[in-house]
Amino acid sequence: MDDGADWYIEVAYLEWERRCYVEIVVCVKRVPDTETRVRIDRDGKTLDASGVKYVMSPYDEFAVEAALRKRDEAGEGEVTVVTVGGADSAETLRTALAMGADRAILLEGEVTQDGLATARALADEIGKLAPDLVLLGVMAADHDQQQVGPMLAVVLDHPCVTGVSSFDLVDGRAVCRRGVEGGTETLELPLPSVITITKGEYEPRYASLKGIMAAKRKPLETKAAALPDPRLRVMTLELPPERTGGRIVGEGPGAAADLVRLLREEANVI
Amino acid sequence: MGKILVVVEQREGRLRGTAAEVVSAASELAVARKATVEVLLPTGPGGVSDAEALGAHGAEVIEVVSDPALATYHPDGFARLVERRVRSGGYDVVLMAATAQGKDLGPRVAALLDVPLAQDVTAIESVDGEVEFLRPVYAGKAIARVAIDADPKVATLRPNVFQPASRPAAGGVVEGALDDDSDGWPTRVVGFEESGGDIPDVAEAGVVVSGGRGLKGPEHWEILEELRSALGEEAGLGASRAVVDAGWRPHSEQVGQTGKTVSPRLYFAIGISGAIQHLAGMRTAGTIVAVNKDPDAPIFKVADYGIVGDLFEVVPRLTEEIRALRERSA
Repeated sequence: MDDGADWYIEVAYLEWERRCYVEIVVCVKRVPDTETRVRIDRDGKTLDASGVKYVMSPYDEFAVEAALRKRDEAGEGEVTVVTVGGADSAETLRTALAMGADRAILLEGEVTQDGLATARALADEIGKLAPDLVLLGVMAADHDQQQVGPMLAVVLDHPCVTGVSSFDLVDGRAVCRRGVEGGTETLELPLPSVITITKGEYEPRYASLKGIMAAKRKPLETKAAALPDPRLRVMTLELPPERTGGRIVGEGPGAAADLVRLLREEANVI
Repeated sequence: MGKILVVVEQREGRLRGTAAEVVSAASELAVARKATVEVLLPTGPGGVSDAEALGAHGAEVIEVVSDPALATYHPDGFARLVERRVRSGGYDVVLMAATAQGKDLGPRVAALLDVPLAQDVTAIESVDGEVEFLRPVYAGKAIARVAIDADPKVATLRPNVFQPASRPAAGGVVEGALDDDSDGWPTRVVGFEESGGDIPDVAEAGVVVSGGRGLKGPEHWEILEELRSALGEEAGLGASRAVVDAGWRPHSEQVGQTGKTVSPRLYFAIGISGAIQHLAGMRTAGTIVAVNKDPDAPIFKVADYGIVGDLFEVVPRLTEEIRALRERSA
């Protein structure tokens, strides 16, 4: 009788463990703060980094937050943050660790605008980790490419949904909601999968002092990124042409008629 | 003698506006490369009533693939279809619009073909037989000129930037087959909840009416909605980061860095002072109109036309004038 009950508890526990343990990898990127005034380096091809403050790409913060919440909801699991970048990117990983991620991996190498090269370097590492879920920000707030997530998914041969504002993990599937023209779409995909996160339900937490202290003791591994040679070549980087300020049509509601006439007759836009 | 493939979008059985834009950009490139332009148009069972119109913009062949599984965008299905078509057709350039669909589809197609992608391109140049793409980075604060050292060259083109051009070609419509089992597509669309009416996304709208802090509260958006609807069905709504952060408007409407970078034909900045990250996100608009009570607001430095005044008085009058103009010309 007692043996039977123990057996039942054991099975129930295994079931629970299987359902609840979740392994999540979050890919993050170090980018210039969005308030940065862009200047071009003397090489004419890159950003002049002097005096530029760097931060974790804001969309990646949503992804880290989503991962932490899913781990905590599951009750058990591990969140690993991964980045491809220079030695400075360790700082970005520490930020994620301070927020609550468990460990970090810095794949050292030069990130370019060739998103597929970056995706391959990430896939090389993530393939070995074999997580249930890979999260990324919908795009990095520097090159605005919106491509590494779905490319990574193709390389890993995982399904992928982009621009997700909230999702649930249910019985080995991810149920994702995202804003599309005219409404909200719900998509379901089997795990393991890749999801890119946009602003929505996952307002990022601030790292607590305790979190910052704990982050110093969390594992941060550095290895060389398996980056293929970039095949998307940046030839020049330039500032956009200045827009010359136009004219003040007038003051107050009386100017509305003149404005509409100008939009019709001069600008030809209405 | 190369071939260029253009993947175009339909909605409710009619071409989307970006279709003519991308086909026109492709046919201009085709002149320089002595290439031909072919179109792939995935759609639902009803087909697309105006598909042959793309012939006028330079499409030699328009392949319509009708299948219930293609009625709306499906990431797995569309990516596999385009990949197969590119592999069998021997194309050296593949173009699509940088719409919500295109920006999702482009990276998948490029990765399946094992080539890089130039995403959200605002100009294509043919230099000594090489193709170069211009693409805004840092939310429009800089422009990168990039080249792809692989074939085919895959790029997505920003909506409203490339003008439809008249370049008549054969434009023969042919029917294609899906040749794929949609049961094998791992992602499933399980629901759709309508909201916000049937207005175009801010990144794709030809005309954008954007509001900022000057509106003083979310309850005042009605006056922007009135202006938007007076401007017609191609007009969408935008918002500054400040009002999105304040929770007045959804993030999907945010213009600027950490939001959307837009290039509509006409942009109204209402009660927006013009923070650097907002200006970066809309500076490539065709014509910019600003309404602000502060004559020193930075927005007036980039606006083609400005009205200094109380937006609560100016905007309703503007709406009235536009309605009157539309009625006169109707």
